[in-house]
Amino acid sequence: MELTVAPSQFFWAAEEWERFYQDLATAPVERVVLGELVCSKRLPFYQDWIPAAVETLQSAGKEVLLTSLALITLKRERKQNAQLADMGVEIEINDLTALSYLPEGARFSVGPLINTYNESTLRWLASRGAARICLPPELPLDSVTALAKAGSECGVAVEVWGHGRIPLAISGRCYHARLHGRTKDNCQFACEDDPDGLEVRTLEGKPFLSMNGVQTLSDSYACADYQIEDLKAAGVSALRLSPQSKGFGEICTLYRQRLQGTLPVGTLSAKAIAQGEGIRLSDGFLKGETGVSWSGSQPAA
Amino acid sequence: MVMEIVCPAGTPAALRAAVKAGAHTVYCGFNDETNARNFPGLNFDRAEMAEGVAFAHSHGSKVLVAINTFPRAGAEDIWHRAVDDASAAGADAVILADLGLLAYAAENHTGIRRHLSVQAAAANADVINFYAETFGVKRVVLPRVLSVPEIAAINAETEVETEVFVFGGLCVMAEGRCSLSSYATGLSPNMNGVCSPASHVEYQEEGGELDARLGGYTIHRVGKDEPAPYPTLCKGCFSVDSKKGHLFEDPVSLNAEQLIPQLQKAGVTALKIEGRQRSRSYVAQVVRNFRAAVDALEAGQPLPVGMLARLSEGQQMTTGAYKKTWR
Amino acid sequence: MTEPQPEFRPDAEIPRFPRLAARLLGRMPLLPLSLTLTAYARRIAKSHPGLFRRLGEHDHAEFVLDPTDLPFVICLAPNGGEPKVRLQRGRGNGTARIAGPLAALLGLVHGAFDGDALFFSRDLVIEGDTAAALALRNAVDDAELDLAEELSQMSGPWKAHIARALAFAQRRTGVHLTRPEEIHLW
Repeated sequence: MELTVAPSQFFWAAEEWERFYQDLATAPVERVVLGELVCSKRLPFYQDWIPAAVETLQSAGKEVLLTSLALITLKRERKQNAQLADMGVEIEINDLTALSYLPEGARFSVGPLINTYNESTLRWLASRGAARICLPPELPLDSVTALAKAGSECGVAVEVWGHGRIPLAISGRCYHARLHGRTKDNCQFACEDDPDGLEVRTLEGKPFLSMNGVQTLSDSYACADYQIEDLKAAGVSALRLSPQSKGFGEICTLYRQRLQGTLPVGTLSAKAIAQGEGIRLSDGFLKGETGVSWSGSQPAA
Repeated sequence: MVMEIVCPAGTPAALRAAVKAGAHTVYCGFNDETNARNFPGLNFDRAEMAEGVAFAHSHGSKVLVAINTFPRAGAEDIWHRAVDDASAAGADAVILADLGLLAYAAENHTGIRRHLSVQAAAANADVINFYAETFGVKRVVLPRVLSVPEIAAINAETEVETEVFVFGGLCVMAEGRCSLSSYATGLSPNMNGVCSPASHVEYQEEGGELDARLGGYTIHRVGKDEPAPYPTLCKGCFSVDSKKGHLFEDPVSLNAEQLIPQLQKAGVTALKIEGRQRSRSYVAQVVRNFRAAVDALEAGQPLPVGMLARLSEGQQMTTGAYKKTWR
Repeated sequence: MTEPQPEFRPDAEIPRFPRLAARLLGRMPLLPLSLTLTAYARRIAKSHPGLFRRLGEHDHAEFVLDPTDLPFVICLAPNGGEPKVRLQRGRGNGTARIAGPLAALLGLVHGAFDGDALFFSRDLVIEGDTAAALALRNAVDDAELDLAEELSQMSGPWKAHIARALAFAQRRTGVHLTRPEEIHLW
């Protein structure tokens, strides 16, 4: 199985963004998807760094793709996304709008925010030129198995969400701005202070979600540690690792070792939990009762 | 043209009530996971659907069948049969969201109109035109993330009819792209046709306070006489640091009644009322109000003042994203 | 053109059953009344088979209907289409409890009120298996029941029992005992 790095979901300062992708050049991953997924207002802060990051990663032998936005509404966003194809890099669509901008027959990838729930949809995307599809994180293992099979029949590589806070929802409303009593248009980049999202607790004080501007993530970090054998058996071709502000290089290395069989089951997740206070894991979407369920033991909240 | 009122019907009785109350169009679904209101005790079996369509047609109303969940891998035939049977029942359109299912309908049922469900979250003219060119979609139900000027801009750039929500429950997240419910309960709108399902809801009254839990998470606590909202995740009460509140959305429901003239100017074809889970009396009441409003508009008279507050969740109303400051 | 519809006044105050009358009712022997109501429910099951079909997987649930202004609860077991009704003092046990003034419960049956609206305003309280309660509400809403009409179709010794109770209640409370569009029949 290969490793794909997801586009960062968070708003990082340009220098940190740049350093993150420089560091990735040495990480044991096959593929990196980058660019702005969540909020079009963030892009101007680091877009000038993108060509250099692409070049660095390509020279390091990685396949590089550019993501579309997850929710394209404004004129500016339509224009921005229509121009993505001009960058000369394969596009990963995360809003179907981005597909409408690609020349017919062009090769593209499909991100986890496109609803690929069944074989017909997968085959339709393949017929339009999709070469790789990362499945929506909420799919159970049975669906993953059926889709990986359908993918192998029509030459589409199927990928699943492997590690990181799970994208659960996207909205027209910015929750960070709302929290600070601002409107989205005058958000003053309230999400900037939370490089891994902002913890949202329930009324009994349980950590539950993570706020990231217009996006809502899980509090828990998805972790495929206990699922890797099943995913391999299902024919999944790659795991997707979602960037976090600290210790991401270690995550990449741990997954590589786990895939190579040099790490026993349970060690990867134990080390992921040890990365920081308040890191909780989940793998429930694949086989559990609920998405938040976890196969291993959970540290106290 | 009078704006078309599109009304929910969770049961045959609600369908008849909506038609009698003046609904131009009624939308409903089969009693299984193919529709996004797959709630206990709701929806239509095959015979009821055929009877419902016949009843509506005999009164000059149309019926749209929502098949707007995303077919499960390995079981797509359930969704294919739903499209086949909606067509056989004589429905006027199917409301679809899934790409594969749209392709199936476009290939196998050219005779029935295809509407794009709000679950497809098509939020700009480019993607709407793409759906029209690729699958022959004739109407799009716009996601509840757009302002009125944005809706006008979309209509200026597309021939596809637009339908917008004007009343009822309000999704704050882009529809069809939300897994909050399955994260907490294992059941999702996209796969199971339910959001924050009743099967995972617990209410507990303690010392005059009412706690509402979903999947074991307490997301509402109200005092003795306060209105009691249903524990829908995105309208729950949460905390961040020391701040506590409805971080995503207040327990409000949408009422865009007073915006109808603006929506008409924006080129909107149809006004949609949410609420297939509501009773026949609710449906009749809301339909009558909205029918009166569009008839008044057509006659150049002022809009009647609504009286729908008590029907609403938490008894608070919002105009939602139609006003830009909502964001 | 629109046709006449059930009278539906969302802002109307829900009448409460008079306390004295409730006390008198509380002294009635509950067993005969239970048997009578069971026969009544079976009659409804026969004339509205769709009602029980709609309950789906919940057709063996045990519902506790709690008219909060009466001194007893109504335990309703759909029992797969062979319903049983039992009146009981105290809270009763069941899969789901639906509590509210008698007028609200009857108004719900007759389509005079909307369940969600009553719940939001807290005139109605649901406990236990919310899904089962929802299934019952939706099934009843679709059945377009008219309890008075059903009663008039009944024969035998039960009819008089219930007729007296309902007529009394209707007189004293202004409760919807029949589907509103046919209210003139009373």
